[in-house]
Amino acid sequence: MFTFIDTLLIGLTSGAVYSLMAIALVLVWRSTRVVNFAQAGQALLSTYIGYECMGRFHSFWIALALAMILGAGVSALIEMLFMRTLFKRNTGPIAGVAPIIATLGLLGIIRGGIGIFMGGKETIIRPPLSNVGFTISGHTFALSPFKLVILSAVLIMMILLSLIFTKTNIGLALRASAYAPEIARLAGVKVDAIRTLGWAIAGAAGAAAGMLQTPNGTGALSPDSLEFSLLLVFGFIAAVIGGLESLVGAVIGGLLLGLVLAIVLMYVNATLLFMTAFVLLIVVLLVRPQGIMGKKAGRRA
Amino acid sequence: MTLIVSELCVDHGAIRAVDHVSLRIEQGQLAAVIGANGAGKTTLLRALSGLTPARSGSATWKGHDLLHSKPEKLVRFGVSHVSEGKSVIPELSVEENLNLGALWRRNAKESEQTRNKIFETFPRLEERAGQLADTLSGGERQMLAIGRALMAKPELLLLDEPSLGLAPLVIAQIFQSIRDLTTQMGLTVVLVEQNALGALEIADVGIVLNLGRIAATDRAQSLIENPQVRAAYLGY
Ligand SMILES: Nc1ncnc2c1ncn2[C@@H]1O[C@H](COP(=O)(O)OP(=O)(O)OP(=O)(O)O)[C@@H](O)[C@H]1O
Ligand SMILES: [Mg+2]
Repeated sequence: MFTFIDTLLIGLTSGAVYSLMAIALVLVWRSTRVVNFAQAGQALLSTYIGYECMGRFHSFWIALALAMILGAGVSALIEMLFMRTLFKRNTGPIAGVAPIIATLGLLGIIRGGIGIFMGGKETIIRPPLSNVGFTISGHTFALSPFKLVILSAVLIMMILLSLIFTKTNIGLALRASAYAPEIARLAGVKVDAIRTLGWAIAGAAGAAAGMLQTPNGTGALSPDSLEFSLLLVFGFIAAVIGGLESLVGAVIGGLLLGLVLAIVLMYVNATLLFMTAFVLLIVVLLVRPQGIMGKKAGRRA
Repeated sequence: MTLIVSELCVDHGAIRAVDHVSLRIEQGQLAAVIGANGAGKTTLLRALSGLTPARSGSATWKGHDLLHSKPEKLVRFGVSHVSEGKSVIPELSVEENLNLGALWRRNAKESEQTRNKIFETFPRLEERAGQLADTLSGGERQMLAIGRALMAKPELLLLDEPSLGLAPLVIAQIFQSIRDLTTQMGLTVVLVEQNALGALEIADVGIVLNLGRIAATDRAQSLIENPQVRAAYLGY
């Protein structure tokens, strides 16, 4: 019984980090209709930035904040200097997929670059709070103070972003630019700037995912670490399962994925981890092609 | 405050859609632009609002160069464009579609006043304020599209086929609203229409486009009485 509860708790926390990553992917998708494969690379870069900040300021929390701010900046720059040019230049037959493929290229470049400059160096980020579980009547549960922080951070992030999207002028501009850029422009929305903003928020969310994922795992940071492969693949799967359009969907997708994987890990076999994730992805796409929270294509032609 | 277009040419690849068009629309006038399918009406409007780049020529209004400015900038100069085919965002509510039009003004109080005026003109929109625009009828969508444009407090309004796909009775209502709004708000309006007679009846001046060129331009009433225009565009 305790094992089962622990499995669920582990699943929820690791799922929460996938959710954050999925939120980042959803934000980019909503603002520019691009699936950003470079997101995990950006998260990796931001986590390295966070690591450097920790060395300077000796506080995980300051480092987390700076990683998010600088991660947002990097993401905004990528959109402004790289993606925007790509969109404007690409009008040929592959214009629809070219930006997506380009983000794959970018992922390789970021990873490679980090490998050149940071590879081989031992880089460890330790959790700022105890990652040893709470003990209740003799049993130490898998829920630690740090995991509790991760869970609440993700929920707060989701609620905050949902409120921004639905209740503020910026959110209205973000949604309008995503749904109908031309009408948004005619209404006076500076769509280019809004797209950059969407990427910036995504960069911050991805940075948070990287900064939380690393110390929740082994703590070791490297361009080829398993943690970032997990973020890359599972963040993406969580976003698609959730419908790619919806922040709530991203969170549900991440948590669901985390739970399923934790159960497989505990009761079946660790080698099935990636396969299970892909099976889940394909089953959801077959049964509910629009994702858990996605809407069926509307009346719109 | 006169809209002055001079020798305007717009190409779509090898096709010249607007061919040396020159026209003058005085402030406060409602100008109907009529012509067959593919005559270049939509292209003309899109060039004037900065959506489609022009090949050559000039267009100025209030001293602003319309051809080399982005639409989001032109809105701030008072140019609002309702593009062809119900220019609303179905995923947003009626109220959000309206608010969108006034976002750049950053003045919630003024926006609310403008919105209330629009609700007076189109009471249907107020009844449906919370609904998704997706659930509106064609006529309501067109009202919403016009309402969204009005939220920017425009002085020059570019309307592309507001009658598209609407029933005759609804068309008459929309046309009447356009006429009333023009007079009440002192707007300058360029109204592109397939529904030539209806548009000319409410317009001050009329412009007939044919294969991208101006075929005739005159007071709207004179065009209605012109036998050639009647035969070719009004169908009687
Ligand atoms: N995006 C485009 N690419 C290529 N050709 C275009 C494009 N848009 C319009 N055209 C062509 O330009 C010409 C003028 O089109 P336009 O849409 O301006 O006509 P219109 O007068 O608005 O017609 P309608 O009454 O059917 O709306 C047509 O020959 C059309 O095929
Ligand atoms: Mg047209």
